[in-house]
Amino acid sequence: MLTIKDLSVKFPSRFGDFTAIEDVDMTIKPGEIHGLVGESGAGKSTVGAAVIGLLSSPGYIANGELSLGNTNLRTLTPDQAHDIRGDRISMIFQDPQTSLNPLMTIEDQLIETIQAHSDVSYADALKRAVDLLEEIGIKDAARRIKAYPHQFSGGMRQRVVIALAICTDPELIIADEPTTALDVAVQSQVLDLIRRLAKDRQIAFMLITHDIGVIAQIADRVTVMRKGRVMETGETAQVLGAPEHPYTRALMDAVPPLDHRIKRFRVPDEDGKGPVTGNAAEKWLLEGQQHALTGLTLTDICMRFRGPRTSLWRKPEPFVALNDVSLEVRPGSILGLVGESGSGKSTLAKAITGLITPSSGIMKLGDDILPDGKARGRKHPSRQLIQMVFQDPYSSLNSRHRIRDILTEPLWFYGFVPDAREREKLAAAMLELVGMQPDAIDKYPHQFSGGQRQRIAVARALLARPRFLICDEPTSALDVSIQAEILNLLKDLQAMFGLTILFISHNLAVVRQMADDTAVLRNGRIEEIGSTDSVFERPSADYTQNLLALTPVLPKAWQSTAVAG
Amino acid sequence: MIAFIKRYEGLWLFFHSPAAMIAAVVAVLIILGAIFAPWLALVNPYDLASFSLFDGLLPPVWEEGSNPKYLLGTDDQGRDMISSILYGARLSLVIGLSALTIAAVLGVGLGLAAGYYGGRFDAIVMRIADIQLALPAILTALLIDGIARGILPAAVQQDVRVAVLTLAIALSLWVNFARTARASTFVQMNKEYVQAAIMMGQRPSRVMFVHILPNILGPLLVIMTVDLASAILLEATLSFLGIGLPADSPSLGTLIRIGMQFLLSGEWWILWIPTLFLVALVVSINILGDFLRDVFNPRLR
Repeated sequence: MLTIKDLSVKFPSRFGDFTAIEDVDMTIKPGEIHGLVGESGAGKSTVGAAVIGLLSSPGYIANGELSLGNTNLRTLTPDQAHDIRGDRISMIFQDPQTSLNPLMTIEDQLIETIQAHSDVSYADALKRAVDLLEEIGIKDAARRIKAYPHQFSGGMRQRVVIALAICTDPELIIADEPTTALDVAVQSQVLDLIRRLAKDRQIAFMLITHDIGVIAQIADRVTVMRKGRVMETGETAQVLGAPEHPYTRALMDAVPPLDHRIKRFRVPDEDGKGPVTGNAAEKWLLEGQQHALTGLTLTDICMRFRGPRTSLWRKPEPFVALNDVSLEVRPGSILGLVGESGSGKSTLAKAITGLITPSSGIMKLGDDILPDGKARGRKHPSRQLIQMVFQDPYSSLNSRHRIRDILTEPLWFYGFVPDAREREKLAAAMLELVGMQPDAIDKYPHQFSGGQRQRIAVARALLARPRFLICDEPTSALDVSIQAEILNLLKDLQAMFGLTILFISHNLAVVRQMADDTAVLRNGRIEEIGSTDSVFERPSADYTQNLLALTPVLPKAWQSTAVAG
Repeated sequence: MIAFIKRYEGLWLFFHSPAAMIAAVVAVLIILGAIFAPWLALVNPYDLASFSLFDGLLPPVWEEGSNPKYLLGTDDQGRDMISSILYGARLSLVIGLSALTIAAVLGVGLGLAAGYYGGRFDAIVMRIADIQLALPAILTALLIDGIARGILPAAVQQDVRVAVLTLAIALSLWVNFARTARASTFVQMNKEYVQAAIMMGQRPSRVMFVHILPNILGPLLVIMTVDLASAILLEATLSFLGIGLPADSPSLGTLIRIGMQFLLSGEWWILWIPTLFLVALVVSINILGDFLRDVFNPRLR
């Protein structure tokens, strides 16, 4: 049983000590899955690192008690701590790609770990390793154990990482975002495995995650953290179902539900304060609307890339990224495009924007044929009419340019506003429209948070006066409360300016909230397309049904009571 | 606060790194000395009338038989060592800096374009770079020297020595810039801000120089300092081997070559003083380069 009392961790810096976590209390009983939720910077991972004794230098434990069973973890010598790590406490990391050594077979890695902690012969260790792999659901383990990590799929690799973690029979496993890098179907298998291990082997799990759906699905107890402090702790059903702390309540409000659509997310500081109306940027955008609403039609888009060469003489098999994709984004509507990683969502976006040239198929913007990639000139009108909001707000803004330069670029580039001072005024007004202070214009991107940067990215897209907006995973790099704000903003802007939006996401719940129609993409093929309600409530394709069934959801009773639509 | 730390991080590290500070002081002193050589130097080593053979082979002041007028002694022609070194450093720095500029413009331009366009253009540029790397700098210098001798009339040949040397050094240094610029450009090409610029339909030159270039300046700056040291060394090597500058307009390398003749004859200062001076200059520039690399690469800290 893990006991944490009044734990504080500090990082000394040139400007005094920075307190990463303060007064954290927590107990985890054997067999308990204890969820640790919070947004980025909440100090969740620091708690895990402090427990396992791997605080990154120069961090140190300033105060508090930390014990596992009868062992005081704070008074251990480095050698003793080393013996406990892996033996009594194990860790599962986020990315199975990098937590296994790519140059060692699974066998070597498992046996190395087993022999490091117990004095057994190679043959016995091998037998134990094979049994272990069988137990966590790897078939034909005796043969598969000879394989290298790259020969396993992502989910299998994460199973191997879990096998490594449990091969020494630890009392406690710290799982830091164990399913974040995995697709929904694999995630649910890994979560099942964790639950089974907790029950059968009585292992205590500290499950660190930002995903409240995951916590709701498997955690027995949950601790909510924010800015290094514990906000609320208790039984999962009680903390998430009837949150007492306002922060927990706000967090729950921001979680998009999967089974119904809400009009707007309730955001704490935004109450009653709708979007700014009547400002210069809004007028400017509205007067630019001579074009009617513009839809997009794709017919039989195929995208083939050259595959890996297997022989010097034979032509390599092409890799098909998109296979006869046909879809229509109705004028003035939002089409949600969902699919797992590698399904071709981003490839489709790139084809529409002309960054890549499809192998075949016809794209039409409104009534006009959209020339393919290379054939689309630099001056083609679609370069202005189609704009994009990217996934990663940290890389979509040029970090060496001021916000002023970033925002005024489309204005002079498309020749909308000849006067430099006018351009700047309009850019400032646009910042206001997307909910930022107009004085942000003098700053550089790194001075803003992810959510603010995404607002700036939206402002930049709007300053091109687009009629068609592509949002490629616009919120997947953001915390859930920031996601709610950005989704609200996009909804407001869409309603104000009648934009047609292609909304790409792997998150079904987000698409449910945003889209009028939904298309499900898998391995480059459209599995299902239809109105969002029908796709989510009466999915016809097996794949969609599966996806919906496996996505972790909050029990109905816990869901936020935000404005239902 | 974070922004504040970021902005002044480099300065803070600088004032907490004795090696970097000493190196900076040495480099700045040498560069200032070179710039103000005409005012600082006792004699003009290029002007035969300003020194006298009677003062030849005087040792530095702390040795017996020295003349306090010549602090570090004189060479066989009676030239003051300090004056020769200051003028020599001046020439070495001018050649090094101009070669570096040419190499940087050529290399960064080609590397950026190779990274931006990729494909065949990239392949051609990089193969040329590979070939260039296979040729030693001395061979390149000899080649250019030979061509210059072949096509230029004898009268101007002496006047273009500096240009020939500069070009030869630039040609052997551009590859570093091209490779670094290309690799960094590849990284930036996948960034979404570059895709956004391309999607808007901006001209390739604007995407390359306005959007990408400012984002890859860090590593290029490091290459620049390290390569400045290489350029100075290369010039010294070429002059030492006699392909560089003649004895009547000595650079640091030429001074060392002249000094070689006195290595075993007891007049050690004629060789050692310019050599130590060159070492001090190159080492301090290299330390500054390493320091810059650490500033720009937080992972090495």
